[in-house]
Amino acid sequence: MSHIEILRSGALTTCQDGGRPGWAHLAVPRSGAADRPSWRLANQLAGNATAACTLETTLTGCTVRATRDVTVVVGGAPCAVTVDGRPESWGQPVKLVAGSVLDAGAAEVGVRSYLAFSGGLHPKSNLGSHSTCLLSGLGPAPLKDGDTIPLGPSPAHPPLPTQWPAPWAGVSDELVMKLHLGPRLDWFTAEAAAELARGVWTVTEHSNRIGLRLEGPPLQRVDPDAELESEGIVAGALQVPSNGQPILFGADHPTTGGYPVIGVVGPDSQAAAAQARPGTRIRFAPVPLPHWSE
Amino acid sequence: MSTSKTGPATGWLRALPSGPRGVLIDCGTGEAARACYRALQARRVNGLLDATDLVPGATTVLVDGVDEPELLAADFPEWALNDDAEVRGETVEIPVCYDGPDLAAVAALWGVEPEEVAGIHSAVDYESAFCGFTPGFAYLEGLPERYRTPRRDSPRTSVPAGSVAVAGTYTGVYPRSSPGGWQLIATMTNPTRLWNEHREPAALLVPGTRVRFVTVTI
Repeated sequence: MSHIEILRSGALTTCQDGGRPGWAHLAVPRSGAADRPSWRLANQLAGNATAACTLETTLTGCTVRATRDVTVVVGGAPCAVTVDGRPESWGQPVKLVAGSVLDAGAAEVGVRSYLAFSGGLHPKSNLGSHSTCLLSGLGPAPLKDGDTIPLGPSPAHPPLPTQWPAPWAGVSDELVMKLHLGPRLDWFTAEAAAELARGVWTVTEHSNRIGLRLEGPPLQRVDPDAELESEGIVAGALQVPSNGQPILFGADHPTTGGYPVIGVVGPDSQAAAAQARPGTRIRFAPVPLPHWSE
Repeated sequence: MSTSKTGPATGWLRALPSGPRGVLIDCGTGEAARACYRALQARRVNGLLDATDLVPGATTVLVDGVDEPELLAADFPEWALNDDAEVRGETVEIPVCYDGPDLAAVAALWGVEPEEVAGIHSAVDYESAFCGFTPGFAYLEGLPERYRTPRRDSPRTSVPAGSVAVAGTYTGVYPRSSPGGWQLIATMTNPTRLWNEHREPAALLVPGTRVRFVTVTI
């Protein structure tokens, strides 16, 4: 079977598809591509069904070789793309001849680039997904130099003759995220609620696919000693541990947690969060509680 | 804005928004949450509820991936507490050896002799209330309040797969080796049964499963 070989895995390169929705009641995280829109678009440009498995890089890119001719699209975080040392285009289909070497360089902005191969990648799957989950350990291990991953047959439809929409909207030094308040807003003081609307938080180094750890004005609880019993968590949840410094949960977030969630950001902001480097500033635009929750 | 953290014992449900496509149903008690989870499952099976995930918690159920949360929120109080015993799961027996490293400490906390822990722990009919922490780890509910047990002061960096542990009024079995802060009282003889990705469902102790521990000697 044809495959790709990882020549340089970079800081962290994983296999990612649409993840494992529907198993959260067994404590299986959703996982899947952290920046969904970029992953989806890279697959579309490679001529794949949108749920195909891609590589997801982290900051430093990766280098691969394929054993058959294959079309590759490098999207997501913009980076230099070369084939056997010659510059190629980011964000559009690149023909990779069997045996030649494609390098996706360090992200120029953002964090995660996606390498979509026509036919998709087919590493071992479990619970219906090829995705690596850093929290649960499900899926293929993070890739190492020398790893090989099977390539699926080329799709019947040739790659679309389009290119990545410019300018790429996925990154900024300061993000403003719509924050849907709840479910546990009432665990926090009125000052904390006000702070949410005016404060600025910074993405720290201790951030990964599980979540962004943010640093900023502490969000105080009404009763600092109260303990929340474990309850289900959604992607994009802004959870506030005892120290008041929130965590914005990403693709590999735990399915349940014992700290209150003050609000939740939607899919667009989750994608932006997946491309937010340490040092990125985040502001929240609170969306009031819906009328039905009163 | 309410600041209450616990509700009345029964009949108390609140729909809380959990993002644009989620509703967290706060049921006030574990018993009400389990009834609500069964009711939600039944509605999903009958095509009355379209949701990506139903995630039971200690006293809540999260309904995630719904197109119109406001419709669910308006609808649920009428049916969510109608417990239907017919949809409860089967009983799973877990063979264990009561040889955990915290057995003596737990006995002291419970005010009993170490050899009495096995009898107390294995006499309870448990129910898997919810899963969390790691795939297939079930929070088994049923231990009487007088056996409430604190976590260890310092979590272990590695707890072997198959370790049977207690914390709060829950008991659980570690499906794989992982860090853990619960007190270890016993060992399951064949822990690979707990999680098997090639089985449907992969977890042995899915929420709603009834569980008994059975003493074996190795």
